[in-house]
Amino acid sequence: MEPIIHTENLTFSYPAEEGKEAPPVLRGVSLDIPAGQFLAVLGHNGSGKSTFAKHLNSILLPMGGKAYVDGIDTCDEERVYDIRQRIGMVFQNPDNQIVATVVEEDVAFGLENLGLPPAEIRRRVDESLKAVDMFSYREHAPHRLSGGQKQRVAIAGVIAMRPKVLVLDEPTAMLDPRGRKEVMATLQSLKKEYGITIVLITHYMDEAAQADRVVVMDDGRVLLDGTPYEVFQQVETLKSVGLDVPQATELLHLLQKGGCRLPGHVLPGHVLTAQECADTLLAYWRSLA
Amino acid sequence: MLKDITLGQFFPGFSPVHRLDPRIKLILTVAYVVMLFLANNLVGLAFGILFFLGAYFLARIPLKMMLKGLKPVLPIILFTSVLNMFFITGDPLFSWWVITITRQGVYTAVIMSIRIVCLIAGTSLLTYTTSPISLTDGLERLMGPLKKLRFPVHELAMMMTIALRFIPTLIEETDKIMNAQKARGADMETGSLIDRVKALVPVLIPLFISAFRRADELALAMECRCYRGGEGRTRMKQLHLGSRDLISCAVMALFLAGVILCNLLLPSLL
Repeated sequence: MEPIIHTENLTFSYPAEEGKEAPPVLRGVSLDIPAGQFLAVLGHNGSGKSTFAKHLNSILLPMGGKAYVDGIDTCDEERVYDIRQRIGMVFQNPDNQIVATVVEEDVAFGLENLGLPPAEIRRRVDESLKAVDMFSYREHAPHRLSGGQKQRVAIAGVIAMRPKVLVLDEPTAMLDPRGRKEVMATLQSLKKEYGITIVLITHYMDEAAQADRVVVMDDGRVLLDGTPYEVFQQVETLKSVGLDVPQATELLHLLQKGGCRLPGHVLPGHVLTAQECADTLLAYWRSLA
Repeated sequence: MLKDITLGQFFPGFSPVHRLDPRIKLILTVAYVVMLFLANNLVGLAFGILFFLGAYFLARIPLKMMLKGLKPVLPIILFTSVLNMFFITGDPLFSWWVITITRQGVYTAVIMSIRIVCLIAGTSLLTYTTSPISLTDGLERLMGPLKKLRFPVHELAMMMTIALRFIPTLIEETDKIMNAQKARGADMETGSLIDRVKALVPVLIPLFISAFRRADELALAMECRCYRGGEGRTRMKQLHLGSRDLISCAVMALFLAGVILCNLLLPSLL
């Protein structure tokens, strides 16, 4: 099947100050994202992950290489709004992406821009607010909501436009643990109910662990690409680029390094959650007894 | 401390006045102001008083609110009354040294005071019963025809919406910055006026920088949601004129006719 997002050797650098050479931010990123996949992009600050995201909806245009969304070249100026309708973007700060003074008016904003008839807007607004479980807050003022709720409103505003891909640029970075949980649960349910493709840019390992596929970026390149199990297996590589692994994985990694032989064929990268960690350790102690 | 500020004194409710179309409310308010200035005798102004009393009653806004709104304009009322009383020439009622109070002066003073009271009470009812967002909406649609003259109606309305949206956010931020500066030993509560204004500079600069950053991010988010100006844009909420709106317009027309009749039939001054 044709991937929904296809990039070929993307390169990009921001305009430099006079007399200096601009350091490249992307140095050849080639990725295929199949429809329906939940992809997490990991990387520390300055790895180029946000810049990569901005190439997916023509906010930034590649200096070299190509990016295609649903078969459309992102450089095609005439189809910019076709692309932006297919790619829904959610940003880090929920305060700075909510336009209107009432929740439902904000969700309607994108649909109003598309010029849809009022009855259709109403229907989609209600549907999206229900999908993120914010329907009962539809007449509230956004500044009275919690961070997690605001971010869910922002997600509703984007999915109301029926995008094929939802790109989220560190959507939980400014939220408290509860807000993070709310947003992650919303993403999971959107994937399950609507089969929407999700590109989640994050630096939280436990969020990346929930994805189908993890891509680790470093210095403008794709460093690792695989399932969470495969990627988190590379504990040393991840650490060398300034990333952490889930604590459960790290514990087993250290145990293994210290000479502890884990039972069966369990590798530290297979253990991502506290539950899995506990199960593995229990199995280990039983094997000793 | 700053969080308690509420902008535009809107009292949410479901009264017939609240549910009037905002466009009609705007037109009625303008008509009411015209009516007040047309009325040049006490009977005509009685219509004005009757109208706003009736409107307050229908809107279920306590008159106490109206009195509170009048307090800041009290000096203006006193000032104009005094000026009118002493400086209008006519038949003297009372005279002492250089001060002469004339019958005409007293009459004009009374008329002016009633006019100002009605003006404030009547127009504040608009903001009491209309949320800022529907007010903006009403304004945008009323000014719609000006688009043909290349007047940026949509842009103005969008700016107002965004301003309304960000006022609470920026107030919260100001509060945070002030606390941060206080924690670093800034003194904002004592000293002369100049000292206090100077103390505000370290608050305003971070606030400005952050406002620009927010504007940048908001513009990006709006672009990502396919915003491209007012052209081809539709609105989710449509305004419909109902029988309520027609009736209120008819009542206003009756009052206006009454005032004009009074002007024609009664002499303007006693």
